[in-house]
Amino acid sequence: MIKLQHIERVFLVGEEEVHALRDVDFSASRGEYIAIMGPSGSGKSTLLNILGLLDRPDGGTYELDDIMTTSLDDKKQANVRRHKIGFVFQFFHLVPRLTAEQNVELPLVLAGVDKTERKKRVLETLESFGIGDRVHHRPDQLSGGQRQRVAIARATIMKPTVILADEPTGNLDRASGNDVVDILEELNSQGITLIMVTHDPELGERAKRRIKMVDGRIEGDTATQS
Amino acid sequence: MQARDIVFFSMQATTASRGRTILTLLAMAIGVSSVILLISLGDSGRRYVIDQFASLGTNLLIVIPGRSETIGGPPPLLGETPRDLTLDDAIALTQSTAIRRVAPIIAGSAPVSVKQLEREMVVLGSSSDLLEIRHLEMNQGRFLPPGDLDRGGNVCVIGSKGRKELFGNQQALGKWLRIGDRRFRVIGVLADTGVSLGEDMGEVVIIPVATAQSLFNKVSLFRIVVEASNEDAIGRAKKAILSIIRARHEGEDDITVITQDAILATFDKIFRALTLTVGGIAAISLVVAGIMIMNIMLVAVSNRHSEIGLLKALGAPRTQIMGLFLTESALLSITGAFLGFLLAYSAMKLLAGFLPEYNLALAPWSPVMASGLALGTGIIFGVLPARRASLLEPALALSRR
Repeated sequence: MIKLQHIERVFLVGEEEVHALRDVDFSASRGEYIAIMGPSGSGKSTLLNILGLLDRPDGGTYELDDIMTTSLDDKKQANVRRHKIGFVFQFFHLVPRLTAEQNVELPLVLAGVDKTERKKRVLETLESFGIGDRVHHRPDQLSGGQRQRVAIARATIMKPTVILADEPTGNLDRASGNDVVDILEELNSQGITLIMVTHDPELGERAKRRIKMVDGRIEGDTATQS
Repeated sequence: MQARDIVFFSMQATTASRGRTILTLLAMAIGVSSVILLISLGDSGRRYVIDQFASLGTNLLIVIPGRSETIGGPPPLLGETPRDLTLDDAIALTQSTAIRRVAPIIAGSAPVSVKQLEREMVVLGSSSDLLEIRHLEMNQGRFLPPGDLDRGGNVCVIGSKGRKELFGNQQALGKWLRIGDRRFRVIGVLADTGVSLGEDMGEVVIIPVATAQSLFNKVSLFRIVVEASNEDAIGRAKKAILSIIRARHEGEDDITVITQDAILATFDKIFRALTLTVGGIAAISLVVAGIMIMNIMLVAVSNRHSEIGLLKALGAPRTQIMGLFLTESALLSITGAFLGFLLAYSAMKLLAGFLPEYNLALAPWSPVMASGLALGTGIIFGVLPARRASLLEPALALSRR
């Protein structure tokens, strides 16, 4: 379902060209659980951004569910993000002025879903993530673990096929970090493809497939080795 | 995204930064209210002057001796003196069917005295028709009696202020007063109609025109005031006056006829231009408010980088982000405009309380105009920040906290 071919990404830092990604080939099928690992600056976040259509590659092609995303315009790319991809960030990226409920509702609001329908789906989702009693709290009234759960609820409310998680536990203590990973794995077991960037080796061990990145290249992939 | 949700989202965003929002609203309110106020003041002024002119009478034409228009052709070799307007000219005008009433006027000032009290007053020589033509009202007694214009009489009608000054609290009706060296009996007192166009009818003494001719020792009329038989007849009346006078003055066009309409139209034009000018100056403050909105929105965009990145990640295309930020500035400006309208409304009420005689009121179309202007400013100055927000790279916007 995911197919990257010859992906290049070059950033200009001052006068210098930095190759964040060099000729990356990568594919994943539906329902996989993949950890992208590597030292900082190895290009793993850039890869995740490109997978999430948050960044455009300078070269190469990216196919998602048989859609050639690299040739889509802004509106169609946004539509792909809306319906196929859920994001979980290290810093949660909840809107501070909105309550937990409103934050989770946001993708539905943007998609123009009807109010009553929205309400129902949001409450169900929050309920299933065990934060049904935190509906009207704003992010600053929630613990880190609760915030990340709200963020995951937001990522899944549109029923995406892929969840992209960028260091989802990076800002959490061990216990709530484990909770969050449990939730993500639970979602994965329901058939959602889970791609997670992490530099925590323990977390990486839990993934069924691990990709190691060094200097913008994929250096190791447990799927191709075995 | 549904319209209601867009508005709700933007509203939440504006209320999140309360202090900035309030300041922006204030700037917008001041801008809008000054535009409304100044335009309304200009408009009120226009209506005041028009009303004043209209209160002079309806369908009026004024005949003045001499030509004020410039015409081509060689200058006359011999000095051309304008012929006087005479009482007979005035009588001749009554022949036309387009003309309903004619009042000849001789004006001058003379000492008016009652016993030892003496005052210099404006003395108008006219006829009984002046009452109707000039829309005068009687307080006591009656106006000059109808009859032959060239037969005078020693009667007079005085204004209310003159009555008070000459007679105090005593009854004036039937008493005698002295104008120059002649004695007149007071047969009527005018009602107090206030000042109209600088001509205070409270301070005049009106006497029959023939008597005024002998009092001032002159036959020529100051002017003739003519009332056309109806609005459509004004043009015909003007032509009739010109041709009648021309026939009587040996083929010379030596009078000027001014129609009330022409004066009204001129004043209307002047005041409209004035109003627009003043409004335009006030609009500068609107521009300032617009720039303030732009500033606020630019700050909002840079403060909310990660939110914008998030919205994009959640599937908002550029157009939607642009719409959200434009809605935000439009909301700011519309709310500001509404506050500004309230401000202008109460300021106008206050002013009207101090100056009741000017009949001050907000121009009826000013709310429409104000909201239009405000929305225009909000959107024009909102485009730049909204565009900047929409063009933000999501990966970059999200990488910062």
